[in-house]
Amino acid sequence: MSRAADLAGALGSRARRLSARGWHAWRSSLQLRIGAITMLVAGIVVVVVSVVLFRQISDQLLTVKRGAAIDQAQSGVAYAQSQVSGIVTGDAASVRSTLARTVRELQSRNGEAGNFDTVLVYRTGDTSRPAASRPSLYLDLPPELVAAVDGGTQVWQYASIPDGTRAAVPTLLVGAPVPIDGQGGEQVDLYYAFPLDQEQETLSLVRSTVAISGIALTLFVVGIGVLVTRLVVDPVRRAAQGAQRLAEGQLQERLVVNGEDDLARLATSFNAMADSLQKQITQLEDLSQLQQRFTSDVSHELRTPLTTVQMAAEVLHESRADFDPHVARSAELLYAEVNRFEAMLSDLLEISRYDAGAAELEAEPTDLGPLVRRVAADMASLAERLGCRVEVRSPDRPVIADVDARRVQRVLRNLVGNAVEHGAGRPVEITLAANRTAAAVTVRDHGIGLTSEEADHVFDRFWRADPARVRTVGGSGLGLSISKEDARLHGGWLQVWGQPDQGAQFRLTLPLTAGETLTGSPLPLRPVVVRRPLSAR
Amino acid sequence: MVVDDDAALAEMLGIVLRREGYEPAFVADGARALATFQQVRPDLVLLDLMLPGRNGLQICGDIRAQSSVPIIMLTAKGDTIDVVQGLEAGADDYVTKPFKPVELVARVRSQLRRGETGQAETLGIGDLTIDVPAHQVVRDGQPIALTPLEFDLLVALARKPRQVFTRELLLEQVWGYRHAADTRLVNVHVQRLRAKVERDPERPEVVLTVRGVGYKAGPA
Repeated sequence: MSRAADLAGALGSRARRLSARGWHAWRSSLQLRIGAITMLVAGIVVVVVSVVLFRQISDQLLTVKRGAAIDQAQSGVAYAQSQVSGIVTGDAASVRSTLARTVRELQSRNGEAGNFDTVLVYRTGDTSRPAASRPSLYLDLPPELVAAVDGGTQVWQYASIPDGTRAAVPTLLVGAPVPIDGQGGEQVDLYYAFPLDQEQETLSLVRSTVAISGIALTLFVVGIGVLVTRLVVDPVRRAAQGAQRLAEGQLQERLVVNGEDDLARLATSFNAMADSLQKQITQLEDLSQLQQRFTSDVSHELRTPLTTVQMAAEVLHESRADFDPHVARSAELLYAEVNRFEAMLSDLLEISRYDAGAAELEAEPTDLGPLVRRVAADMASLAERLGCRVEVRSPDRPVIADVDARRVQRVLRNLVGNAVEHGAGRPVEITLAANRTAAAVTVRDHGIGLTSEEADHVFDRFWRADPARVRTVGGSGLGLSISKEDARLHGGWLQVWGQPDQGAQFRLTLPLTAGETLTGSPLPLRPVVVRRPLSAR
Repeated sequence: MVVDDDAALAEMLGIVLRREGYEPAFVADGARALATFQQVRPDLVLLDLMLPGRNGLQICGDIRAQSSVPIIMLTAKGDTIDVVQGLEAGADDYVTKPFKPVELVARVRSQLRRGETGQAETLGIGDLTIDVPAHQVVRDGQPIALTPLEFDLLVALARKPRQVFTRELLLEQVWGYRHAADTRLVNVHVQRLRAKVERDPERPEVVLTVRGVGYKAGPA
């Protein structure tokens, strides 16, 4: 029972698979579809035409045969009438011999209706001894035919009866009453049996001819359909392939134009489209190169004077002790602001490099543990100044990832710097973890935190949570935007979680192998335990 | 010697360097840089990469072909290609504009400290023999010419044959960076060093790479 169910299930699933595959082929191949539809339509037309034709031919054939058979029977009736008038008075033996003679005579009168057999029965006399050209023919006659002839009417009928050698042969039977002249009511029945095997042979020949020519015609029509489709589909397929290659960036891809028909027009317009695409993309590339050159030129042109200014400011700053107090203060301000200007300029140039698509990833296998600890150590002096502790948690084994160490370091420095600055003097926790495909670093602070609305904007350029807040690090407002781009360049993520008064957590997730797509992060974005700072309650 | 076309920056560099007790010479035109170099014979070259006449990279190559004097590039672009090209052309170190005087002076000092001889010491690394005070590296009796920086890099590795040096550690020991700086400096110079000392730079035997960590000396 269950095996049967299993089998049925297996068959069902197999059938479903097959039908799914068939459906796919049906949907994807225009040629298959047109071939199938042509076959169906041509098949129906051919079948209908063949049936009608066959019916016509067979009707015609049988009508002719029947006409000839009835003629033959009528002339037989006339002859028999002239022969049997004496049997009424004769004895049984003479009746038999008369009937037998008449049958022989009738058999020798060949007509247009072909071979036949005859039976004569003395209806009103002894019916048990009919005279027949074929024995037992009378017994094979259908009873309704016999009854009709008995009733005095001439009838014909098709029936299958044995012909002595074969079991059943389609036969045209004609029965006619032969009234005996001058003897009211006396009657002899005459039956003709015309075997239709010749007609049947002709008809089967006709049928096979019609069937073969029908199949040939259908295949021919399908062949034409498929051929025509191919003529149309092939150029369309070539155009589709061309478009695909174009989409893949092979801008020089063109189609061959043959003739002046619709397909040639398709190819021409495709080529025109490709030309204009190529032109626009080349233009865009030129523009982007121009932009890159502009960026690097501006970079050089601005940086040289800035270097001079910065050095001069520093020289002044170092000798400020020798100046009047207000000149000394000016030197201090000049020094601080020039430094800030420099930081902002380099951030701007960095982000414009990203915008120009000129940033390149220099990934090489790097152990992230020492890198994280180094960033923490670098930030120690700032942390100390703000009275906060930086804690690092990392796994014992090395976490080797394909990364651009300079960029990752920049991101982490930025995150840790922000955390220290906004951490309200409470500890900043840096956690490193890895799984088989990705590494993650979270930087957690317990400062004033972020609302979810603020969290949506932290990566925006020049965005500030609170313009009035005191800044100690003096960033450009581009730091997190650059960090986000740095993460993206690695194929990684930079995300933030924040709650007002509960601090914030930034998470950097990087794939271990450069270019791999991230599917998840080894660390949760929301801190598992939200520790409420003691001073808050 | 300062090679820079920007008069203001050159003068400012002069002020800073003189304050530190150095005696700078100036060239503004790249085409005259080599001639002045041969005339002045400086202890160190500060070279701006973008110059009229002849560009910094070419000058760098010209000088390196004649002398192993320390060269520090001044570059406006922190882009990889510029930095790596400069280092490959033979520069020992670079500072990115805008830089602070302290930073520049630290780099200059660190490069000038090179070449100070220690006590007699002979080291082996791979199939090479290093005579430290004589600044000579010998393979099969044939001396191999290295710049002072390359020499120091090789000596640093050879002194502790079992230690794996991270790029940061090498930056600190060889270049004198107190804080982490650009590790491309190490990468490029290791490549240059390998090109000179390895029999087959594709399969190094003297300076080995430790994947994910850094470099170590090949067995002597």
